[in-house]
Amino acid sequence: MESFTNAIQSVPLNHYILLSAIIFTIGVIGVLLRRNAIIIFMSVELMLNAVNLLLTAFSVYRGDAAGQVFVFFIMALAAAEVAIGLAIIVMIYRNTNSLDINVLNRLKW
Amino acid sequence: MSTFYFIAFLSIFFAILVITARNPVHSILYLVLTFFTFTIHYILLNAQFLAIVNFIVYMGAILVLFLYTLMLMNLNKDNEPMKSNIVKIAAVFGGGCLLVTVVASLKTMTVSEPVVLQNPDLGLVKNLGKVLFNEFLLPFEVSSLLLLSAMVGAVLLATKDKQPKTI
Repeated sequence: MESFTNAIQSVPLNHYILLSAIIFTIGVIGVLLRRNAIIIFMSVELMLNAVNLLLTAFSVYRGDAAGQVFVFFIMALAAAEVAIGLAIIVMIYRNTNSLDINVLNRLKW
Repeated sequence: MSTFYFIAFLSIFFAILVITARNPVHSILYLVLTFFTFTIHYILLNAQFLAIVNFIVYMGAILVLFLYTLMLMNLNKDNEPMKSNIVKIAAVFGGGCLLVTVVASLKTMTVSEPVVLQNPDLGLVKNLGKVLFNEFLLPFEVSSLLLLSAMVGAVLLATKDKQPKTI
């Protein structure tokens, strides 16, 4: 384990922020790009994970354990969100027989 | 040091594959790989508790839930509708604008000190448990309520109505 932790000794904090920004942007593009409701959901998961990684990096950088506790709470929240979201998706599929979000434009005013 | 860059490259690569794969099942499998690279990131940061939780909760529970839902829907057909080209270009352009904004605001910060682990047992279960059950005890209990209400809500939403509503 010592060699593992020595491996990150020289990675600047900026590169962690950059990596998280890129993954978050990929998630945003995924939400905008796809029409399948499940893949939109997966893109949201990607965004949550990018934030988790950034919180952990900051926590290690500051030597403060509160950041990692926040990540734990975010994971619990993500689990709840996935359960509810997938239930809603199953219900939509039962009513409309497709996962295409363009079918749902009746929700527009 | 180069381990981080290699894993970071893999994360970005698999994340791009997640949103570009045509077949939803392939997309989910790439998401598993992305989460695995995130687990390696946590191990590199010596956040062992988070690595294990990420492994169990994300790669175990959440992804199985995704696959199971997809199996229920039975949409293995490849003719998944895609958006028009203009919308695609606009989506990529908008995401690129977001990335450029974040990176440009990062440039003004100019602090680029390396991430150094001062306390080697920061991310271990013992240390995190002490913080979690002292300072964050109330949020922890509230999150249990959140999980309970999510379970009730999921059961309520996913069960089919037996008789049509009378109102």
